[in-house]
Amino acid sequence: MEWETVIGLEIHAQLATRSKIFSSSATAYGAAPNTQANLVDLGYPGVLPVLNAEAVRMAVRFGLAIGARIARHSVFARKNYFYPDLPKGYQISQYELPIVAEGALEIVLDDGTRKRVGITRAHLEEDAGKSLHEGLPGVSGIDLNRAGTPLIEIVSEPDLRSAKEAVAYMKKVHTLVRYLEICDGNMQEGSFRCDANVSVRPKGQEKFGTRAEIKNLNSFRFVEKAINYEIERQIELIESGGKVVQETRLYDPDKGETRSMRSKEEANDYRYFPDPDLLPVELDESFIDVVRAALPELPDEKAARFVREYQLPEYDAGVLTASRELGAFYEEVVRRVGSEPKLCANWVMGDLAAFLNKDNLEIGNSKVDAAGLALLVARIVDQTISGKIAKDVFEAMWESGESADAIIERKGLRQITDTSAIERAIEEVMSKNPGQLADYRSGKDKLFGFFVGQVMKATGGKANPAQLNELLKQKLAG
Amino acid sequence: MTAPALPATTVAGLARGLAAGRWSSVELTQAYLARVTASQSELNAFVTVTAEAALAAAAAADAARAAGKASALTGVPIAHKDIFCTRDVLTTCGSKMLANFVSPYDATVVSKLAAAGTVNLGKLNMDEFAMGSSNETSFFGPVRNPWDIKRVPGGSSGGSAAAVAARIAPAATATDTGGSIRQPAALCGVTGIKPTYGRVSRYGMIAFASSLDQAGLITVSAEDAAMLLGAMSGFDPRDSTSVDREVPDYVAALDAPLAGLKIGLVREFFEKGLDAQCEQRIREAIAVYEKLGASVREVSCPNLPLSVPTYYVVAPAECSSNLARFDGVRFGHRCESPRNLNDLYSRSRGEGFGAEVKRRIMTGTYVLSAGYYDAYYIKAQRVRQLISADFARAFESVDLLLGPTSPTTAFEIGAKVDDPITMYLNDIYTIGANLAGLPGMSIPVGFADGLPVGLQLVGPHFSEARMLNAAHRYQLETDWHLRVPAAYA
Repeated sequence: MEWETVIGLEIHAQLATRSKIFSSSATAYGAAPNTQANLVDLGYPGVLPVLNAEAVRMAVRFGLAIGARIARHSVFARKNYFYPDLPKGYQISQYELPIVAEGALEIVLDDGTRKRVGITRAHLEEDAGKSLHEGLPGVSGIDLNRAGTPLIEIVSEPDLRSAKEAVAYMKKVHTLVRYLEICDGNMQEGSFRCDANVSVRPKGQEKFGTRAEIKNLNSFRFVEKAINYEIERQIELIESGGKVVQETRLYDPDKGETRSMRSKEEANDYRYFPDPDLLPVELDESFIDVVRAALPELPDEKAARFVREYQLPEYDAGVLTASRELGAFYEEVVRRVGSEPKLCANWVMGDLAAFLNKDNLEIGNSKVDAAGLALLVARIVDQTISGKIAKDVFEAMWESGESADAIIERKGLRQITDTSAIERAIEEVMSKNPGQLADYRSGKDKLFGFFVGQVMKATGGKANPAQLNELLKQKLAG
Repeated sequence: MTAPALPATTVAGLARGLAAGRWSSVELTQAYLARVTASQSELNAFVTVTAEAALAAAAAADAARAAGKASALTGVPIAHKDIFCTRDVLTTCGSKMLANFVSPYDATVVSKLAAAGTVNLGKLNMDEFAMGSSNETSFFGPVRNPWDIKRVPGGSSGGSAAAVAARIAPAATATDTGGSIRQPAALCGVTGIKPTYGRVSRYGMIAFASSLDQAGLITVSAEDAAMLLGAMSGFDPRDSTSVDREVPDYVAALDAPLAGLKIGLVREFFEKGLDAQCEQRIREAIAVYEKLGASVREVSCPNLPLSVPTYYVVAPAECSSNLARFDGVRFGHRCESPRNLNDLYSRSRGEGFGAEVKRRIMTGTYVLSAGYYDAYYIKAQRVRQLISADFARAFESVDLLLGPTSPTTAFEIGAKVDDPITMYLNDIYTIGANLAGLPGMSIPVGFADGLPVGLQLVGPHFSEARMLNAAHRYQLETDWHLRVPAAYA
C-alpha cells in the first residue's frame, strides 16, 4: 500500500525581549540557576503578572509578516497542571482567542515548485523553568531563570507531507523570526524548538490517521530524523496489524528513535480559563499601523527583488536572503563594485561561504568584510587579476587581513595584459614544444589546452586569459 | 478582661489628638498593644502581634511629627488582615499551609498605609484563605464576637471586625470576595467598606478569587474609612486590574447634604429569609435617610437571587487555580519525607489545607474540567453579566441601593459549620456587588436581641465618595457606630 504522511508543526520561538513576559526579570541565557527569577517568576503568594508590551509588539510583527489576522481582542488563559518547574501551578498562555490567526508561508520544494503552508495561529505564552539532575544525586534541582520567558507558539496547519517539507517550513520560520528580530533563533539554547504532529494515511484517503506528537525537537536534523523514524514506525505498525495510538513521544537522538512519553488517557485536563489577573489585550489600528510601518523587507520580498534588480537566478536569491545580514553583505558588495552582480553573488555564495563554514563563523564575524571582498571583485572586473588568481588572493586576505591590492602588489600578481609580453611567452612555449606544435597544426585541436596551460605556467598564471586565447589562436595558426 | 482605657477610639479622634500633641503615637501604640494582649485569649483576633516593630514605627512617627513632617494619619495604629503580605512578618492567610511563611515583601496596601504614617500593630485572624463566613475555618482557631463570645464575628475578615468592635485596633484592613468585609462588619457592629473592583491594588494580597477580591477597610466610622481609603487607593503598575483613575478627596466629600439623594430598595432583598427584627432596623435606618432628604423607591434586580450559585462556580474555579502554587516546593507547608513528586504534592496539600478550602478547590476543579466548563463556568459568567446589567439598570434611576447586609445577626460558633449551604446563604445580599465589581458598605444601624444589625449600601462603580458621604451623614444622626461591647468599653 502507498502511504501519505501528514505533519503539522508547533514551533516555539523565544521572543527576544529584555525582560520576561509578565515580570521585570532579565531573560539573558546562561546565568547561574535562579538568579533571574523574582517573586513573580517564583509564583509567590500575592504577586501578579503584568504584560510586557514589547512581547505583544513582537507577536504582531510576526503576524503581519505571515499575512495573518491580528486579533484586536485577545485573551490570556491559564493552563493548569502541576509540575515542579511550573511555579504557579498554571502556565499563562492564550487559548480561545490568540493574538495571531490564519496566516501562511511559502516553501520551495526540491523540484523548485512552491507550496503554501497554512499557519493556524500564533499565540503568546510564558515558558516554564527547568529541572536539573546533573550533579545532584538523589534530588532534583529547579532552575526558574527560564520561567516566564516570552514565547510565541506558531501552530501550522497539517499541510506538510514529508520530513523534508517540515524542515523547509521550519527553516522558513527560523529565517523569518530572525529577519523580524523577534527571536535570536539559537536552537542549542532552546530559543527555537518544535513539536511535530505526525500521522500516516493510505494515499487517497481523506481522513487523517491517528497522530503522535513528538516533543521538543531542537535541531533541523532531529526534526528530519525523528519524523522519518516516526513515519516508518507508524507504517510498520499498521502494516503488521497494529494501531497507532494518540500519544506524546520523545525523540532520543542517541538511539535515533522516538519513545512513548504518555498516552492520551494519561494526558492532563488543563482546565483552561481566562486569567482574571490580566486584562484582555486590546489593539487599535494605529498600534498595528505603527508596527506594520516598522516591518523590514521580508525574505521573500528581498529574494524577488534580487532576481529583479540583479538578474540573479532564484536559487542564488534564496541563498543570499537566508538572513538579513547575508543579504545586506551581498548588497554592499554589489554597491561597491558597481557592476557584475552575478559575479558578486558567486563570490559571496562560493569562496566566502566556504571560508565562513570552514572557520564556523557567521557572516557578521567574517574575516573579510564587504568592502574587502568588493575590492577583490573589482580587481577581477578591471582585469588586474584573473578569477583564478583572485581565489588565492582571497585566501591570503582571509588569513592575513590585508587588502586585495596589498596582496596583489606584494606578491606581484598583477595580470599581464601587455600583448607583446604574452606573445613572447607564446613564442617561447612554441619553440620549446615543436612536436606538439606540429601535431596541433596537423589537426589535433585538443592540444590548444596544453598550450594555454604552458603559457599560463610560464607567466605564473598572470596572463590575461582572454588575451591569451586570442593571441595563442593566431600564433598557433602560423 | 481588663483592658486599659483609650483616650479616643476613632481614627479621626486619635489623629486630632496626635496633631494637638495631647498624646504621642508611642503612647497610643502602647495602649492598643496592651488591649490586644488583654483580649487575645478571649477574642483570638490576632495571629501575629508585631509589638516591637509597631513601637519602633510609632517612635519614628513621633519623630516625624516633631520634625514637622506629619500627615493626617501619621502615628495612627492600625492592623492588617493576615491575607496582606508584610515584609519580614509571618503572613499566614489563616492556613496551616502558610503557618511558616514569612513574606519577603509588602503588599501595596501595606506599603501605602505605612507611607501614610500608620503604625501596624500586627496581623489579624481570618477564615482560611478568606474562605468562610464565620471565621471558623482559620487554622488558628475561631475569632469570637466581642458582643457575645459564644458567637461568630462573621467572616472572612472576622479578626478585623472583632478587633475594631472591641477597640483593640482603631481600624483594620480587610478583603471582600463575596461579603468578607461587609458581613463581619454587620455582625460586629462596625463600619466596613469594599471599594469598586480595581480601586485598590491587589498586589501582595493573597488571591482567593482574583476577579472578585477587593481590599477595603473595617473602621469605627465612615469618616475613618474615608481617611484611610484615600491613602490606600489608586493605580498600581504591579496590578493590571487596578484602575488608573484619580482618587477623590473622600474626607472633603463627607459632609455634603443628602437632599435629593435617590435611594433604591432591592425588592429581592426583602422577599424571604430576612430576620424580622433585622428588617425592622433596616426600615428604621431608611427612615433616617428620608428625614435627611433622600427619596426612596423600590427597584428590582431579578437575577440577583442567582448570585449565590453563580458565585459558588466562579470563586471556586478561580481559587482552584490560584491555590495551585501552594505545592510544598518553594514555600509553605511541606510534608515529611515525601516518597516522590506526587506524594509531595498530595500530602503537602492534603495536610496544609483545611476542609473548606479543599471543598472549594474540588468544586472549582470540577467546574473547569473538560465537559463541564460550558455548563458551569461559562453559564456562570453569563449570569454574572445579567446581574451586572440588573445593577446598571437600577442605577439609571437611583444613586444608592440600601438593604440588609446579612439575613441574621451573629450566629453561635459551631451552629452552621457542618452545613456549608446554609453558611453560604449568609452572603446572599453581599455577593452581587462582588460579581458586578461595585462598591459596597455596611454600617451599624442598631441591635436585635443585643446583637448588631448592619445596613448595606451599594453604589455605582467608583461612587465611594457618595457612599461614604451617605454613611457619614447617617452616623452624624445616630450613635450606633459608637456603641462598644460592655466588656471592651
